[in-house]
Amino acid sequence: MLTATSIPSLWRLARVEYDDVRKRPVLLYPEGAVLLNDTGAAILKLVDGQRSVGDIARVLSERYNGAGSADPTEILNDVTAYLSTLADRELIRDQ
Amino acid sequence: MTSERPTTLLAELTHRCPLHCPYCSNPLDLIRAEKEISTGDWKRVITEARALGVLQLGLSGGEPLVRKDTEELAAHARSLGLYSTLVTSGLGLTRPRAEKFREAGLEHIQISLQDADDDNAERIAGVRSVKQKRAAAALVRELGFAFTVNVVLHKANLDRIQEIIDLAAEMGADRLELANTQYYGWGLVNRDALMPTREQVDRAFEIAERAKQTHRGGMQILFVLPDYYEKYPKACYGGWGKVYLVVAPDGKVLPCHGATNITTIPYPNVREHSMEWIWQESPLFNAFRGDSWMKSPCSTCERKCVDFGGCRCQAFALTGDAAVADPICILSPHHHIIAAALADANATTPFTYRKLASEPQPA
Repeated sequence: MLTATSIPSLWRLARVEYDDVRKRPVLLYPEGAVLLNDTGAAILKLVDGQRSVGDIARVLSERYNGAGSADPTEILNDVTAYLSTLADRELIRDQ
Repeated sequence: MTSERPTTLLAELTHRCPLHCPYCSNPLDLIRAEKEISTGDWKRVITEARALGVLQLGLSGGEPLVRKDTEELAAHARSLGLYSTLVTSGLGLTRPRAEKFREAGLEHIQISLQDADDDNAERIAGVRSVKQKRAAAALVRELGFAFTVNVVLHKANLDRIQEIIDLAAEMGADRLELANTQYYGWGLVNRDALMPTREQVDRAFEIAERAKQTHRGGMQILFVLPDYYEKYPKACYGGWGKVYLVVAPDGKVLPCHGATNITTIPYPNVREHSMEWIWQESPLFNAFRGDSWMKSPCSTCERKCVDFGGCRCQAFALTGDAAVADPICILSPHHHIIAAALADANATTPFTYRKLASEPQPA
């Protein structure tokens, strides 16, 4: 389980690609693929091995606040849960 | 017709291989070089597969490095956004070729090892190969490829699983695939010589589970159980014709690499049809989609959506009927075949090495 202070990085074997057949972003890694929704892709785009989970949630909060309603705590929880699921599968590594 | 899109293409570029492993997943009737499809054919296959939805490409064989155009195919795949894996024995991976693969944008290389004990590794491969594999592994690390070590497990190496895990870690593998032998083709011929005992499997499973925890965050370890010791069959590639296709060296297209043994349905071929037609329309790909083909006990079983009746290729290989339940299943009327095979697990039988019919058996 990651926390707000974890610094996630994408497994060096994985990369995000846009699949123009399915019209969706997709996370590719050896012998596997995860189809991403726009939120997932937006989170992964901010995973760079420097930002913490909290930093990523803050960037997204600011972005969505501009567009209207967004509860920062809820966003932090969502981002933490999403990245933790990928960390369970060892696709996200905690540095 | 299906609304499913395939995600993975295994391109068996050739059946030629310097190794003679007795568990090889290639068919007994190996395809000769003169029947292999051309570079142009392969590029079209890869382009059409991407258009169908394929995201993952395995450049496999035999030994894919026997062909001279493997780098060119890797570059073509990368230009289409595919994630490609070179599935190699390591033999033939010279520095100039490895550098060409790097330039081609290939991301991932998988090297097979036969054992952690050098002499036994070469006995299993039927050829001197350990030094070349070590050199290839070092090159893969040095050039920064994603690196998987793959080991097929069986009676003759399972007891050294800890040593195998340690060796893969020492080589710097990102992933280690520990896959118990599947009994198709050469594996089925050699079943008595390869089948481990229950005790061997249980011990290896425990060691692999512990190692998964120890190496967590570093080397990823996958352990594939031998289905002969399971109660229910495996859901082969998520069901027939759902996510996976194999193209054989001569252009035949199959829903699974074991399907060349199913002789009752014609094989579609890329020389005659598009990948789109083969996926959507061909009799072979449609033969076992959905559940209307199922017989009892599968047709009324609540697990039919879990394992889809198991492996069609295994059902055919063991019973001669591809539409019956996989005999692995304890509910199968043919399950006695599995029980009898397991009873022979203590037998000492020599290997029958993989080779063309005209080649001599390795000493």
